[in-house]
Amino acid sequence: MKPPAFEYVAAGSVDEAVSLLVQHDGEAKVIAGGQSLVPMLNFRLLSPAVLVDLNRIPGLDGVSEHEGGLRIGALTRHRTLETSEIVKARFPVLNAAMQFVAHLAIRNRGTIGGSLCHADPAAELPTIAVLLDAEIEAAGPKGERVIAAQDFFESALSTTLEEDEIVTGVRLPALPAQTGWAFEEFARRSGDFGIAGVGVTIALDGNAVAEARVALLGVGQTPIRARAAEKILHGKQHDAELIAAAAQAAASAAEPEDDLHGSADYRRHLVGVLTRRALAAAWDRAAEAAA
Amino acid sequence: MNGTLRISLTVNGVRHEKDVEPRLLLADFLRETLGLTGTHVGCEHGVCGACTVLLNGDSVRSCLTFAVQLDGAEIETVESLGTVEDLSPLQQAYREHGALQCGFCTPGMLMTSVDLLKKYPLASDEEIREGLSGNLCRCTGYAHIVDAVRAVAKARVKTGDGGKP
Repeated sequence: MKPPAFEYVAAGSVDEAVSLLVQHDGEAKVIAGGQSLVPMLNFRLLSPAVLVDLNRIPGLDGVSEHEGGLRIGALTRHRTLETSEIVKARFPVLNAAMQFVAHLAIRNRGTIGGSLCHADPAAELPTIAVLLDAEIEAAGPKGERVIAAQDFFESALSTTLEEDEIVTGVRLPALPAQTGWAFEEFARRSGDFGIAGVGVTIALDGNAVAEARVALLGVGQTPIRARAAEKILHGKQHDAELIAAAAQAAASAAEPEDDLHGSADYRRHLVGVLTRRALAAAWDRAAEAAA
Repeated sequence: MNGTLRISLTVNGVRHEKDVEPRLLLADFLRETLGLTGTHVGCEHGVCGACTVLLNGDSVRSCLTFAVQLDGAEIETVESLGTVEDLSPLQQAYREHGALQCGFCTPGMLMTSVDLLKKYPLASDEEIREGLSGNLCRCTGYAHIVDAVRAVAKARVKTGDGGKP
Protein backbone atom coordinates (compact mmCIF):
# COMPACT_ATOMS: atom_id res chain seq x y z
CA MET A 1 0.00 0.00 0.00
CA LYS A 2 0.95 3.65 -0.05
CA PRO A 3 1.70 5.63 3.10
CA PRO A 4 -0.83 8.07 4.52
CA ALA A 5 -0.24 11.79 3.97
CA PHE A 6 2.10 13.63 6.33
CA GLU A 7 4.06 16.84 6.50
CA TYR A 8 7.82 16.58 6.16
CA VAL A 9 10.59 18.57 7.80
CA ALA A 10 14.31 17.90 7.38
CA ALA A 11 15.83 19.00 10.69
CA GLY A 12 19.16 20.82 10.46
CA SER A 13 20.23 20.09 14.03
CA VAL A 14 19.34 17.90 17.01
CA ASP A 15 17.94 20.98 18.80
CA GLU A 16 15.69 21.73 15.85
CA ALA A 17 14.52 18.12 15.67
CA VAL A 18 13.70 18.11 19.40
CA SER A 19 11.80 21.43 19.11
CA LEU A 20 9.78 19.98 16.25
CA LEU A 21 8.88 16.95 18.37
CA VAL A 22 7.87 19.22 21.26
CA GLN A 23 5.89 21.49 18.95
CA HIS A 24 3.92 18.59 17.43
CA ASP A 25 3.30 17.00 20.81
CA GLY A 26 3.17 13.28 20.03
CA GLU A 27 1.96 13.74 16.45
CA ALA A 28 5.43 13.64 14.88
CA LYS A 29 7.66 10.66 14.12
CA VAL A 30 11.39 10.69 13.58
CA ILE A 31 12.77 9.13 10.40
CA ALA A 32 16.41 8.06 10.10
CA GLY A 33 17.09 5.17 7.70
CA GLY A 34 13.38 4.47 7.44
CA GLN A 35 13.86 0.74 6.94
CA SER A 36 11.44 -0.16 9.75
CA LEU A 37 9.33 3.00 9.78
CA VAL A 38 8.44 3.15 6.08
CA PRO A 39 7.06 -0.41 5.94
CA MET A 40 4.86 0.50 8.92
CA LEU A 41 3.72 3.64 7.10
CA ASN A 42 3.09 1.69 3.89
CA PHE A 43 1.01 -0.80 5.87
CA ARG A 44 -0.72 2.19 7.51
CA LEU A 45 0.09 0.88 10.95
CA LEU A 46 1.22 4.42 11.73
CA SER A 47 -0.09 7.78 10.54
CA PRO A 48 2.03 10.56 12.00
CA ALA A 49 1.04 14.14 11.13
CA VAL A 50 4.70 15.06 10.63
CA LEU A 51 7.90 13.23 9.76
CA VAL A 52 11.06 14.79 11.18
CA ASP A 53 14.00 13.66 9.06
CA LEU A 54 17.37 13.36 10.84
CA ASN A 55 19.38 12.54 7.70
CA ARG A 56 20.53 16.13 7.10
CA ILE A 57 21.87 16.70 10.62
CA PRO A 58 25.64 17.04 10.38
CA GLY A 59 27.84 15.01 12.74
CA LEU A 60 25.16 12.54 13.82
CA ASP A 61 26.96 9.55 12.28
CA GLY A 62 30.37 7.95 12.68
CA VAL A 63 32.34 5.68 15.00
CA SER A 64 34.82 7.25 17.43
CA GLU A 65 36.92 6.42 20.49
CA HIS A 66 35.19 7.00 23.80
CA GLU A 67 36.79 6.36 27.22
CA GLY A 68 38.52 3.20 26.05
CA GLY A 69 35.40 1.98 24.26
CA LEU A 70 33.58 3.32 21.25
CA ARG A 71 30.85 5.82 20.58
CA ILE A 72 28.64 5.22 17.58
CA GLY A 73 26.58 8.13 16.23
CA ALA A 74 22.86 7.39 15.94
CA LEU A 75 22.82 7.95 12.17
CA THR A 76 25.64 5.47 11.52
CA ARG A 77 24.46 3.09 8.79
CA HIS A 78 24.53 -0.68 9.23
CA ARG A 79 26.88 -0.90 6.26
CA THR A 80 29.39 1.33 8.08
CA LEU A 81 29.28 -0.91 11.17
CA GLU A 82 29.56 -4.02 8.97
CA THR A 83 32.79 -2.72 7.40
CA SER A 84 34.32 -0.67 10.26
CA GLU A 85 37.83 -1.87 11.13
CA ILE A 86 37.74 -0.32 14.59
CA VAL A 87 34.44 -2.07 15.36
CA LYS A 88 35.92 -5.36 14.21
CA ALA A 89 39.01 -4.82 16.39
CA ARG A 90 37.23 -3.67 19.56
CA PHE A 91 33.86 -5.38 19.39
CA PRO A 92 34.17 -8.35 17.06
CA VAL A 93 30.86 -9.66 18.43
CA LEU A 94 29.16 -6.58 16.96
CA ASN A 95 30.93 -7.18 13.64
CA ALA A 96 29.75 -10.80 13.72
CA ALA A 97 26.17 -9.76 14.48
CA MET A 98 26.18 -7.31 11.55
CA GLN A 99 26.62 -10.24 9.17
CA PHE A 100 23.07 -11.28 10.12
CA VAL A 101 21.46 -7.87 9.63
CA ALA A 102 19.01 -7.92 6.72
CA HIS A 103 20.32 -7.43 3.18
CA LEU A 104 22.80 -5.04 1.57
CA ALA A 105 20.16 -2.57 0.34
CA ILE A 106 18.70 -2.39 3.85
CA ARG A 107 22.14 -2.15 5.48
CA ASN A 108 23.07 0.71 3.15
CA ARG A 109 20.24 2.75 4.59
CA GLY A 110 19.32 1.49 8.06
CA THR A 111 20.87 3.13 11.14
CA ILE A 112 21.84 1.95 14.62
CA GLY A 113 19.73 4.67 16.26
CA GLY A 114 16.72 3.62 14.21
CA SER A 115 17.17 -0.06 14.99
CA LEU A 116 17.42 0.62 18.74
CA CYS A 117 14.39 2.93 18.75
CA HIS A 118 12.32 0.51 16.68
CA ALA A 119 13.14 -2.05 19.40
CA ASP A 120 12.30 -5.22 17.54
CA PRO A 121 13.29 -8.00 19.97
CA ALA A 122 14.38 -10.16 17.02
CA ALA A 123 16.78 -7.50 15.69
CA GLU A 124 20.52 -7.87 16.21
CA LEU A 125 21.46 -4.37 17.39
CA PRO A 126 19.14 -4.19 20.42
CA THR A 127 20.48 -7.58 21.53
CA ILE A 128 24.07 -6.45 21.06
CA ALA A 129 23.32 -3.24 22.99
CA VAL A 130 22.01 -5.29 25.92
CA LEU A 131 24.93 -7.74 25.68
CA LEU A 132 27.56 -4.99 25.68
CA ASP A 133 25.88 -2.91 28.44
CA ALA A 134 25.60 -0.08 25.93
CA GLU A 135 24.72 3.40 27.10
CA ILE A 136 22.21 5.12 24.86
CA GLU A 137 22.46 8.90 24.57
CA ALA A 138 19.18 10.74 24.25
CA ALA A 139 18.51 14.44 23.66
CA GLY A 140 15.24 16.04 24.71
CA PRO A 141 13.78 19.41 25.70
CA LYS A 142 15.32 19.06 29.19
CA GLY A 143 18.76 18.36 27.77
CA GLU A 144 20.70 15.17 27.38
CA ARG A 145 20.57 11.94 29.35
CA VAL A 146 22.16 8.52 29.09
CA ILE A 147 20.00 5.39 29.33
CA ALA A 148 21.44 1.95 30.07
CA ALA A 149 20.44 -0.49 27.30
CA GLN A 150 18.93 -2.77 29.95
CA ASP A 151 16.51 0.04 30.90
CA PHE A 152 15.88 1.20 27.34
CA PHE A 153 13.86 -1.70 25.95
CA GLU A 154 10.42 -1.80 27.52
CA SER A 155 8.59 -4.33 25.39
CA ALA A 156 8.33 -5.28 21.72
CA LEU A 157 8.58 -2.09 19.60
CA SER A 158 8.51 0.03 22.75
CA THR A 159 11.28 1.87 24.58
CA THR A 160 11.60 4.19 27.56
CA LEU A 161 12.53 7.05 25.23
CA GLU A 162 10.08 9.95 25.64
CA GLU A 163 8.08 11.09 22.63
CA ASP A 164 10.05 14.34 22.46
CA GLU A 165 13.48 12.68 22.79
CA ILE A 166 15.89 11.59 20.07
CA VAL A 167 18.67 9.04 20.33
CA THR A 168 21.90 10.75 19.31
CA GLY A 169 24.47 8.02 19.92
CA VAL A 170 25.41 4.76 21.57
CA ARG A 171 28.40 4.24 23.87
CA LEU A 172 29.96 0.81 24.09
CA PRO A 173 32.13 0.48 27.23
CA ALA A 174 35.41 -1.37 26.69
CA LEU A 175 35.49 -5.13 27.27
CA PRO A 176 38.22 -6.72 29.43
CA ALA A 177 41.42 -7.66 27.56
CA GLN A 178 40.92 -11.44 27.63
CA THR A 179 37.39 -11.52 26.31
CA GLY A 180 36.11 -14.18 23.95
CA TRP A 181 32.85 -13.72 22.11
CA ALA A 182 30.38 -15.40 19.80
CA PHE A 183 27.15 -14.57 18.04
CA GLU A 184 24.82 -17.31 16.82
CA GLU A 185 21.52 -16.86 15.08
CA PHE A 186 19.16 -19.11 13.19
CA ALA A 187 16.82 -17.86 10.46
CA ARG A 188 15.04 -19.84 7.77
CA ARG A 189 16.27 -17.47 5.07
CA SER A 190 19.50 -15.46 5.07
CA GLY A 191 18.84 -11.90 6.21
CA ASP A 192 15.41 -12.59 7.72
CA PHE A 193 14.71 -11.86 11.35
CA GLY A 194 16.10 -14.69 13.43
CA ILE A 195 13.85 -17.34 14.94
CA ALA A 196 16.27 -17.26 17.85
CA GLY A 197 19.77 -15.96 18.46
CA VAL A 198 22.34 -15.38 21.16
CA GLY A 199 25.34 -13.16 21.77
CA VAL A 200 27.87 -14.06 24.45
CA THR A 201 31.11 -12.74 25.89
CA ILE A 202 33.41 -14.56 28.29
CA ALA A 203 36.25 -12.78 30.05
CA LEU A 204 38.87 -15.01 31.65
CA ASP A 205 41.12 -14.33 34.61
CA GLY A 206 43.71 -17.07 34.27
CA ASN A 207 41.60 -20.13 33.58
CA ALA A 208 38.53 -18.96 35.43
CA VAL A 209 35.62 -16.92 34.16
CA ALA A 210 35.88 -13.36 35.44
CA GLU A 211 32.72 -12.27 33.68
CA ALA A 212 30.25 -13.96 31.35
CA ARG A 213 27.40 -12.34 29.50
CA VAL A 214 24.60 -14.01 27.58
CA ALA A 215 21.98 -12.05 25.63
CA LEU A 216 19.08 -13.68 23.77
CA LEU A 217 17.41 -12.53 20.56
CA GLY A 218 13.89 -13.14 19.29
CA VAL A 219 12.62 -15.08 22.28
CA GLY A 220 10.84 -12.43 24.34
CA GLN A 221 9.33 -8.98 24.31
CA THR A 222 12.80 -7.46 24.59
CA PRO A 223 16.35 -8.74 24.27
CA ILE A 224 16.94 -10.89 27.36
CA ARG A 225 20.08 -11.08 29.50
CA ALA A 226 20.25 -14.65 30.79
CA ARG A 227 21.63 -13.70 34.23
CA ALA A 228 21.19 -17.18 35.70
CA ALA A 229 23.34 -18.62 32.90
CA GLU A 230 25.96 -15.93 33.53
CA LYS A 231 26.01 -16.76 37.25
CA ILE A 232 26.55 -20.47 36.58
CA LEU A 233 29.71 -19.65 34.62
CA HIS A 234 31.14 -17.04 36.98
CA GLY A 235 34.44 -18.05 38.59
CA LYS A 236 34.43 -21.48 36.95
CA GLN A 237 36.96 -23.28 34.78
CA HIS A 238 36.24 -24.81 31.39
CA ASP A 239 33.96 -27.82 31.51
CA ALA A 240 31.54 -29.11 28.88
CA GLU A 241 28.93 -29.98 31.52
CA LEU A 242 29.13 -26.48 32.92
CA ILE A 243 28.50 -25.04 29.43
CA ALA A 244 25.55 -27.41 28.98
CA ALA A 245 24.12 -26.28 32.33
CA ALA A 246 24.52 -22.60 31.40
CA ALA A 247 22.89 -23.24 28.00
CA GLN A 248 19.99 -24.93 29.80
CA ALA A 249 19.67 -21.91 32.09
CA ALA A 250 19.62 -19.63 29.02
CA ALA A 251 16.85 -21.73 27.47
CA SER A 252 14.89 -21.37 30.73
CA ALA A 253 15.38 -17.60 30.66
CA ALA A 254 13.81 -17.36 27.19
CA GLU A 255 10.19 -16.24 27.05
CA PRO A 256 9.29 -17.32 23.51
CA GLU A 257 5.85 -17.35 21.93
CA ASP A 258 4.41 -19.47 19.15
CA ASP A 259 4.23 -17.81 15.77
CA LEU A 260 4.24 -18.69 12.06
CA HIS A 261 7.99 -19.22 12.07
CA GLY A 262 8.30 -21.56 15.00
CA SER A 263 6.68 -22.81 18.18
CA ALA A 264 7.70 -21.58 21.61
CA ASP A 265 9.15 -25.02 22.41
CA TYR A 266 11.22 -25.00 19.25
CA ARG A 267 12.58 -21.55 19.98
CA ARG A 268 13.48 -22.51 23.53
CA HIS A 269 15.27 -25.59 22.25
CA LEU A 270 17.13 -23.44 19.72
CA VAL A 271 18.27 -21.06 22.46
CA GLY A 272 19.82 -23.99 24.32
CA VAL A 273 21.62 -25.29 21.23
CA LEU A 274 22.82 -21.88 20.05
CA THR A 275 23.96 -20.84 23.54
CA ARG A 276 25.94 -24.04 23.99
CA ARG A 277 27.70 -23.47 20.66
CA ALA A 278 28.28 -19.78 21.38
CA LEU A 279 29.70 -20.39 24.86
CA ALA A 280 32.08 -23.05 23.56
CA ALA A 281 33.31 -20.75 20.77
CA ALA A 282 33.61 -17.75 23.07
CA TRP A 283 35.55 -19.74 25.65
CA ASP A 284 37.99 -20.91 22.95
CA ARG A 285 38.49 -17.34 21.81
CA ALA A 286 39.00 -16.11 25.37
CA ALA A 287 41.59 -18.86 25.96
CA GLU A 288 43.37 -17.87 22.73
CA ALA A 289 43.38 -14.22 23.80
CA ALA A 290 44.88 -15.26 27.14
CA ALA A 291 47.56 -17.49 25.59
CA MET B 1 -3.45 19.95 4.13
CA ASN B 2 -0.11 18.74 2.81
CA GLY B 3 1.66 20.92 0.34
CA THR B 4 4.32 19.82 -2.05
CA LEU B 5 8.01 20.44 -1.62
CA ARG B 6 10.48 21.12 -4.39
CA ILE B 7 13.36 18.71 -4.91
CA SER B 8 16.19 18.78 -7.37
CA LEU B 9 17.97 15.52 -8.07
CA THR B 10 19.83 13.64 -10.78
CA VAL B 11 18.40 10.43 -12.21
CA ASN B 12 20.57 8.47 -14.64
CA GLY B 13 22.63 11.59 -15.26
CA VAL B 14 19.66 13.83 -16.00
CA ARG B 15 18.81 16.68 -13.64
CA HIS B 16 15.16 16.95 -12.57
CA GLU B 17 13.38 19.61 -10.54
CA LYS B 18 9.97 18.50 -9.30
CA ASP B 19 7.38 19.40 -6.71
CA VAL B 20 6.54 16.29 -4.72
CA GLU B 21 4.06 15.34 -2.05
CA PRO B 22 6.03 14.21 1.05
CA ARG B 23 4.48 10.74 1.04
CA LEU B 24 5.55 10.01 -2.55
CA LEU B 25 7.82 6.96 -2.51
CA LEU B 26 10.96 7.09 -4.63
CA ALA B 27 9.65 4.06 -6.57
CA ASP B 28 6.48 5.95 -7.52
CA PHE B 29 8.42 9.13 -8.22
CA LEU B 30 10.54 7.22 -10.73
CA ARG B 31 7.60 5.42 -12.34
CA GLU B 32 4.82 7.98 -12.18
CA THR B 33 6.53 11.35 -12.12
CA LEU B 34 9.47 10.58 -14.42
CA GLY B 35 7.93 7.72 -16.43
CA LEU B 36 10.91 5.44 -15.72
CA THR B 37 8.95 2.21 -15.47
CA GLY B 38 12.01 -0.06 -15.44
CA THR B 39 11.93 0.06 -11.63
CA HIS B 40 9.29 -2.43 -10.53
CA VAL B 41 7.07 -2.23 -7.47
CA GLY B 42 6.42 -5.56 -5.80
CA CYS B 43 5.73 -5.80 -2.08
CA GLU B 44 6.00 -2.15 -1.02
CA HIS B 45 7.53 -3.07 2.31
CA GLY B 46 11.14 -3.78 1.55
CA VAL B 47 10.99 -7.56 1.28
CA CYS B 48 10.99 -8.45 -2.43
CA GLY B 49 13.78 -6.20 -3.74
CA ALA B 50 12.13 -5.58 -7.14
CA CYS B 51 12.33 -1.79 -6.64
CA THR B 52 16.06 -1.70 -5.81
CA VAL B 53 17.92 1.31 -7.28
CA LEU B 54 21.20 3.03 -6.49
CA LEU B 55 21.15 6.13 -4.27
CA ASN B 56 24.48 7.96 -4.41
CA GLY B 57 26.00 4.67 -5.60
CA ASP B 58 24.50 2.40 -2.91
CA SER B 59 21.63 -0.01 -3.52
CA VAL B 60 18.45 0.94 -1.67
CA ARG B 61 14.80 -0.06 -1.68
CA SER B 62 12.99 2.71 -3.54
CA CYS B 63 9.75 1.66 -1.78
CA LEU B 64 11.35 2.52 1.59
CA THR B 65 12.64 5.95 0.62
CA PHE B 66 10.63 9.13 0.11
CA ALA B 67 11.44 11.28 -2.92
CA VAL B 68 11.20 14.37 -0.70
CA GLN B 69 14.29 13.17 1.23
CA LEU B 70 16.44 13.13 -1.88
CA ASP B 71 17.13 16.76 -2.72
CA GLY B 72 20.62 16.83 -4.25
CA ALA B 73 20.85 13.04 -4.58
CA GLU B 74 22.01 10.97 -7.52
CA ILE B 75 19.82 8.02 -8.46
CA GLU B 76 20.60 5.25 -10.93
CA THR B 77 17.91 2.90 -12.16
CA VAL B 78 18.00 -0.14 -14.42
CA GLU B 79 17.62 2.25 -17.37
CA SER B 80 21.17 3.45 -16.63
CA LEU B 81 22.74 0.07 -17.41
CA GLY B 82 22.31 -0.63 -21.12
CA THR B 83 19.82 -0.57 -23.95
CA VAL B 84 18.13 -3.39 -25.82
CA GLU B 85 20.62 -2.88 -28.65
CA ASP B 86 23.59 -2.42 -26.35
CA LEU B 87 23.28 -4.45 -23.15
CA SER B 88 25.70 -3.89 -20.27
CA PRO B 89 28.03 -6.85 -19.56
CA LEU B 90 25.87 -7.77 -16.55
CA GLN B 91 22.67 -7.66 -18.60
CA GLN B 92 24.41 -9.68 -21.31
CA ALA B 93 25.37 -12.29 -18.71
CA TYR B 94 21.77 -12.45 -17.47
CA ARG B 95 20.66 -13.08 -21.07
CA GLU B 96 23.32 -15.69 -21.80
CA HIS B 97 22.57 -17.63 -18.62
CA GLY B 98 18.81 -17.44 -18.88
CA ALA B 99 18.67 -15.54 -15.60
CA LEU B 100 15.12 -14.34 -16.12
CA GLN B 101 11.78 -15.68 -17.13
CA CYS B 102 8.93 -13.26 -16.43
CA GLY B 103 11.41 -10.46 -15.77
CA PHE B 104 9.54 -8.84 -12.90
CA CYS B 105 12.38 -9.18 -10.40
CA THR B 106 15.11 -8.50 -12.97
CA PRO B 107 15.55 -4.72 -12.53
CA GLY B 108 16.03 -5.20 -8.80
CA MET B 109 18.26 -8.24 -9.32
CA LEU B 110 20.43 -6.26 -11.74
CA MET B 111 20.79 -3.19 -9.53
CA THR B 112 21.52 -5.39 -6.51
CA SER B 113 24.12 -7.29 -8.56
CA VAL B 114 25.79 -4.00 -9.53
CA ASP B 115 26.19 -3.04 -5.87
CA LEU B 116 27.27 -6.55 -4.82
CA LEU B 117 29.94 -6.63 -7.53
CA LYS B 118 31.15 -3.24 -6.31
CA LYS B 119 31.34 -4.16 -2.62
CA TYR B 120 32.08 -7.87 -2.29
CA PRO B 121 34.63 -10.25 -3.82
CA LEU B 122 31.83 -12.74 -4.69
CA ALA B 123 34.47 -15.45 -4.79
CA SER B 124 32.04 -18.23 -3.80
CA ASP B 125 28.50 -19.17 -4.76
CA GLU B 126 27.59 -18.93 -1.09
CA GLU B 127 28.59 -15.28 -1.08
CA ILE B 128 26.62 -14.61 -4.28
CA ARG B 129 23.55 -16.37 -2.91
CA GLU B 130 23.83 -14.51 0.40
CA GLY B 131 24.09 -11.25 -1.55
CA LEU B 132 21.06 -11.97 -3.71
CA SER B 133 18.99 -13.38 -0.85
CA GLY B 134 17.16 -10.08 -0.36
CA ASN B 135 15.65 -10.27 -3.83
CA LEU B 136 12.80 -12.64 -4.57
CA CYS B 137 12.39 -14.44 -7.90
CA ARG B 138 9.43 -16.78 -8.38
CA CYS B 139 10.44 -18.21 -11.79
CA THR B 140 14.08 -19.14 -12.11
CA GLY B 141 14.89 -20.93 -8.89
CA TYR B 142 17.82 -18.50 -8.64
CA ALA B 143 20.40 -20.91 -10.07
CA HIS B 144 20.68 -19.07 -13.40
CA ILE B 145 20.88 -15.70 -11.70
CA VAL B 146 23.75 -16.99 -9.58
CA ASP B 147 25.37 -18.31 -12.78
CA ALA B 148 25.14 -14.89 -14.41
CA VAL B 149 26.58 -13.01 -11.43
CA ARG B 150 29.35 -15.60 -11.04
CA ALA B 151 30.29 -15.19 -14.72
CA VAL B 152 30.62 -11.41 -14.32
CA ALA B 153 32.55 -11.74 -11.04
CA LYS B 154 34.95 -14.22 -12.68
CA ALA B 155 35.42 -12.13 -15.82
CA ARG B 156 36.21 -9.19 -13.55
CA VAL B 157 38.95 -11.17 -11.79
CA LYS B 158 40.39 -12.30 -15.14
CA THR B 159 40.60 -8.82 -16.65
CA GLY B 160 41.41 -7.09 -13.36
CA ASP B 161 38.59 -4.77 -14.31
CA GLY B 162 36.91 -3.37 -11.24
CA GLY B 163 34.85 -1.12 -13.50
CA LYS B 164 31.15 -0.84 -14.03
CA PRO B 165 29.57 -4.23 -14.66
